[in-house]
Amino acid sequence: MQRTLTFSQAINEALCLAMRKDEKVILMGEDVAGGAQVDHLQDEEAWGGVMGVTKGLVQEFGRERVLDTPISEAGFIGAAAAAASTGLRPVAELMFNDFIGSCLDQVMNQAAKLRYMFGGKAKVPLTIRTMFGAGFRAAAQHSQTLYAIFTHMPGIKVVVPSTPADAKGLLLASIADDDPVIFFEDKTLYSKSGEVPEGEYTIPLGKADIKRAGSDLTIVAIGKMVHTALEAADQLAQKGIEAEVVDPRTLSPLDEETILASVAKTNRLIVIDEANPRCSVARDIAAMVADKGFDTLDAPIKTITAPHTPVPFSPALEDLYLPNASRVLEVVSELIGDESLKAIS
Amino acid sequence: MIILRGESMSKQLHEIRAVKGETIQILDPDGNVVSKELEPNLSDDELRELMRRMVFTRVWDQRAISLSRQGRLGFYAPVSGQEASMIGSQFALKKEDFILPSYRDIPQIVWHGLPLYQAFLYSRGHQHGGQIPEDVNVLMPQIIIGAQIIQTAGVALGFKKKGEKRVAVTYIGDGGTSQGDFYEGINFAGAYQVPAVFVVQNNRYAISVPVELQTRAETLAHKAVAAGIPGYQVDGMDVLAVYTVMKEVVERARAGQGPALLECLTYRYGPHTMSGDDPTRYRTNEELSEWEKNDPLIRFRKYLEAKGLWSEEDENKVIEETKEKVNEAIKQADQTEKMTVPQLIDSMFETLPAHLEEQKAEFEKAGE
Repeated sequence: MQRTLTFSQAINEALCLAMRKDEKVILMGEDVAGGAQVDHLQDEEAWGGVMGVTKGLVQEFGRERVLDTPISEAGFIGAAAAAASTGLRPVAELMFNDFIGSCLDQVMNQAAKLRYMFGGKAKVPLTIRTMFGAGFRAAAQHSQTLYAIFTHMPGIKVVVPSTPADAKGLLLASIADDDPVIFFEDKTLYSKSGEVPEGEYTIPLGKADIKRAGSDLTIVAIGKMVHTALEAADQLAQKGIEAEVVDPRTLSPLDEETILASVAKTNRLIVIDEANPRCSVARDIAAMVADKGFDTLDAPIKTITAPHTPVPFSPALEDLYLPNASRVLEVVSELIGDESLKAIS
Repeated sequence: MIILRGESMSKQLHEIRAVKGETIQILDPDGNVVSKELEPNLSDDELRELMRRMVFTRVWDQRAISLSRQGRLGFYAPVSGQEASMIGSQFALKKEDFILPSYRDIPQIVWHGLPLYQAFLYSRGHQHGGQIPEDVNVLMPQIIIGAQIIQTAGVALGFKKKGEKRVAVTYIGDGGTSQGDFYEGINFAGAYQVPAVFVVQNNRYAISVPVELQTRAETLAHKAVAAGIPGYQVDGMDVLAVYTVMKEVVERARAGQGPALLECLTYRYGPHTMSGDDPTRYRTNEELSEWEKNDPLIRFRKYLEAKGLWSEEDENKVIEETKEKVNEAIKQADQTEKMTVPQLIDSMFETLPAHLEEQKAEFEKAGE
């Protein structure tokens, strides 16, 4: 049975189901419970994190399993990774992905390398949930899109859902996974609603999803850019151009097969990624298709990204900073040689 | 409560250090002097100026909260309740001393010289807000918890190496003292005996998490012990106590006697920031009322009134003055020319690399 949940509710439900099923699943992070030790609030709903995503979980699972941590990212991310190696399945919340600088060693040199350095014997079933993305008026140090950094690291999986249903299934799969996963939540999607199946289900890590089928060009988009791509695709359809929108959903591992098959069908590729362009996932996907699918291309591959600058705090500039549907239409018009597309952009 | 004797205060302050954990207080909540020996030697004008600044800051804070609710400020962390810690500590500095604030510490940098309209522009995300005038010795507020502690050690190292008689002063909350950067910064400062002062404004909550759940340390001043630097706990609602101890540690640092840590016990009446936390979800109204009885303005007003240095008329004058100055600053902020994407790109490097020139041209073309 289907019903509608917000992205935030879908994540909350996934956490709840995982915690009910397995008592080894614990949550750790800054303010994830909230209302700590205020007697008269103990039985009421604590605020559940800076965006309220974990709201209500402390009521059901108690403070033994929902841990408000001190402000020390290296401390609780590192402890979560080490606790994972003892058999727990911690879900640690790095409030903003921008704070990774405070705990990068624990992720890059510890969590992501333990299995390898123990010759495959160590398991680190850690999930790091983190918030990313521009468009929230949160300035240069709270708005970055940093999934490319982790995609570059060999020992950690990278998940970026774009819909509530995907978020739930992918988070359940991440928690069940026996290796470290970093799960990126776009803060501007939290209030977005969508149909979400009830009960427990998982979506395999490494499986892309075709969000819209089409035959004229392929648009690969990540996170909220999937919605930008869909918006552009609707406008293109009015002009008789059918775009196929591919959502990789996990960047590591990457479902190359689905992307290559789509390009083989449409012969054109645009990649939309709101991250900075250099060494980005957009360019990684473009390079992969140039490498493995060059013969199927009829036109150069185009990437649409943010400028190579920090995210501006000024609202007007931040709006210009993010890729939008009109930029997609402009690029499509260049690609297809149809000037009339610019008029609708 | 510790009683210190006059002349050799420096030595005695040093002796009490954090290990004894006493809270230094000069005025009790009713404005009575409880440590006569520590009462600072400030002129009547200076005492009145301290009060003026606290009233100004309180009124400005209320206005900023209201502007924030109207969507006219981008980001704001309320300060009411913390005026004594903020104003008293900054008042002990010289203009050449350097402040590295956190996001709540806008009052200190404004009283250190940053024009008020630039503080508002900072809140709105306009880059001019961060273009500090040459003669104002402050950094923009640090957003990343704890990063400023390490930077302070570095700025102080610079002063020491250049032989400048200046002190680097930083502010952090109780929550930030759990960060690795905090320990690394105070340890570095201690190891190199640099002229740095670390002010911990313990306002009891790291967003929602109370200080007792953040650490088992008896006081936050105790954390100085591990770095081998003196740590003091001060009643942060008592502007005279904050000023006196701050003056002492700043001058000691200036004289080459090394860094110190000052914990100010205070309270924020409002939310963590205006971005959405609801303090009633993590603390009680009774607790808030208890702290309001300790209010730094009430206490100091009583002290000044008893000396015949402050009246209702004085207070009203400052309130009116503040409203006028805040309105002027907002107007000036509103009139500041809007930023453009090409400007944003221009601020990336001294000389733009080709890929940014290309992007700049694209945005200039799109803007035509």
